[in-house]
Amino acid sequence: MNLFEPFQFAFFRNGIIVAVLAGAICGLIGVYVVLRQMSYIGHGLSHSIFGGAAASAVLSVNFYLGAGLWGLLSALMIGRVARRGKIGSDAAIGVITTASFAMGLALSNLFGQAKRSIDAVLFGSILGVGGTDVIAVLGAGVLSVVVIYACYRHLLFATFDPEVANVSGVNVARMEALLMLMLAITILFTMKVMGVLLISAMLVTPAATARMMTNSFARMLTIAPIIGALCGFTGMLLSYHIDVSPGATIILMASTVFLVVFTITGSRGRRNVAGLGHH
Amino acid sequence: MTSTARSLVEVDGVSHSYGGPLVLDHIHLSIDAGSFLGVIGPSGSGKTTLLRLILGSLSPTIGTVNREPNLRVAYVPQVETVNWNFPITVSEVVLMSRPPSIRRPWATESERRDVSEVLEQLGLAGLGDRHIRELSGGQQQRVFLARALHRKPDLLVLDEPTSGVDVRTRHEVVHLLTDLHRAGMAVVLTTHDINGLATHLPRIACVNRELIALGSPRDVLTPQVLERTYGAPMEVLEHGGLLLVTDSPMATS
Repeated sequence: MNLFEPFQFAFFRNGIIVAVLAGAICGLIGVYVVLRQMSYIGHGLSHSIFGGAAASAVLSVNFYLGAGLWGLLSALMIGRVARRGKIGSDAAIGVITTASFAMGLALSNLFGQAKRSIDAVLFGSILGVGGTDVIAVLGAGVLSVVVIYACYRHLLFATFDPEVANVSGVNVARMEALLMLMLAITILFTMKVMGVLLISAMLVTPAATARMMTNSFARMLTIAPIIGALCGFTGMLLSYHIDVSPGATIILMASTVFLVVFTITGSRGRRNVAGLGHH
Repeated sequence: MTSTARSLVEVDGVSHSYGGPLVLDHIHLSIDAGSFLGVIGPSGSGKTTLLRLILGSLSPTIGTVNREPNLRVAYVPQVETVNWNFPITVSEVVLMSRPPSIRRPWATESERRDVSEVLEQLGLAGLGDRHIRELSGGQQQRVFLARALHRKPDLLVLDEPTSGVDVRTRHEVVHLLTDLHRAGMAVVLTTHDINGLATHLPRIACVNRELIALGSPRDVLTPQVLERTYGAPMEVLEHGGLLLVTDSPMATS
């Protein structure tokens, strides 16, 4: 078996570039997702976008346009339902995103010809990845890096201590909106390779692994994207050679790295990762 | 009382509600430059709400809070609210309080020098690269004071600065705040610790939904005011020139 045989195919070269970039972006944004305990929002948003992706496939509308608008609409509805006060934001996310997901499944069943692309959205695919997707993911990556670079200290302050940040002149609401927007962009532009059902794991696992390896926020922001990119690369190779969806193999690679680091770092790492849910 | 000091914050006829009954009712309070005020009262009396109104993180339901234009305020929250598992070092905590002069993540040479100075001032020299969980209780409290001081504030606001700390740390905090006050900084804090902290302050506000009394500890800490504030009889003793507040034997019998 020639490990690098798939590189002769243009679709694979596109796919692996997207997977590496997607892994790195998920790792980068995942740091904020994990530390702000936003993983449920990421999970919900990806399920919600599935409805838009299914509708786009059925109506032959551009994927990024259809799924993006759908995601934006869902986020606005979540905000509107949660603001009423009687329903918590977690329940609002549950209701709206699962409704959107169910609609995606219904469209999938009703319009059989769209089934193939809907499966690709659910579990990830490298077959549909073209030059446009490479540019789109590259753009999302550059945007994420620029935003984090420019707003680094304000984002850190708003993540670590929102109340004091607010008093100290940081516009916390704007920082939160910015993070939500970056999360939505990350999901939208990486879900083709990762798949809706598995992308939330990629938003959490590299960042949680990085948390076990360091006590510094700056180093965590460096380590998590590197882990994500490596998992994207190795996961794509594995996907080709064992003929399994790339979303699954990339997540399996990330989970393996997590387990190895979990074992090596011992009680210190376990304490760090256990503390992610505690304030 | 007449005062020539300029007023930093003026709380004028403020009432506040979170949607239900009033948490604070018709409060008038002035915080002058260089003043040192302790707010005491039982749990749920509205102390933290009053701090948030002073800080501007809450808007009053009724009344107004006027802050001096361009007032630089720094806030030290209760240490119990800090996420000690957050991946952050001492220097990173201190550095975050001042907005960067240019948009870049890492500290400039002058910022690093400022952080070192404030850490040294608070006895934390050489601990900049430590994770915040790896410090003693007193050091942890001082890290958040260091973050506040790094802002070079006109007004320092602290919520329960001696809550959950040992006696030695409490002494350290009291001495440090006294030094800052002597250096001209205005300080406002809330506390449950009447004997360990409030009796050492120049001015105390007793709050329980209303402003019950405001003045020096000797004027304010009377059995009548304390009973109105805490809803239970309390005695005030004097020992070596210091006031000592205790539960009344009538209340415990």
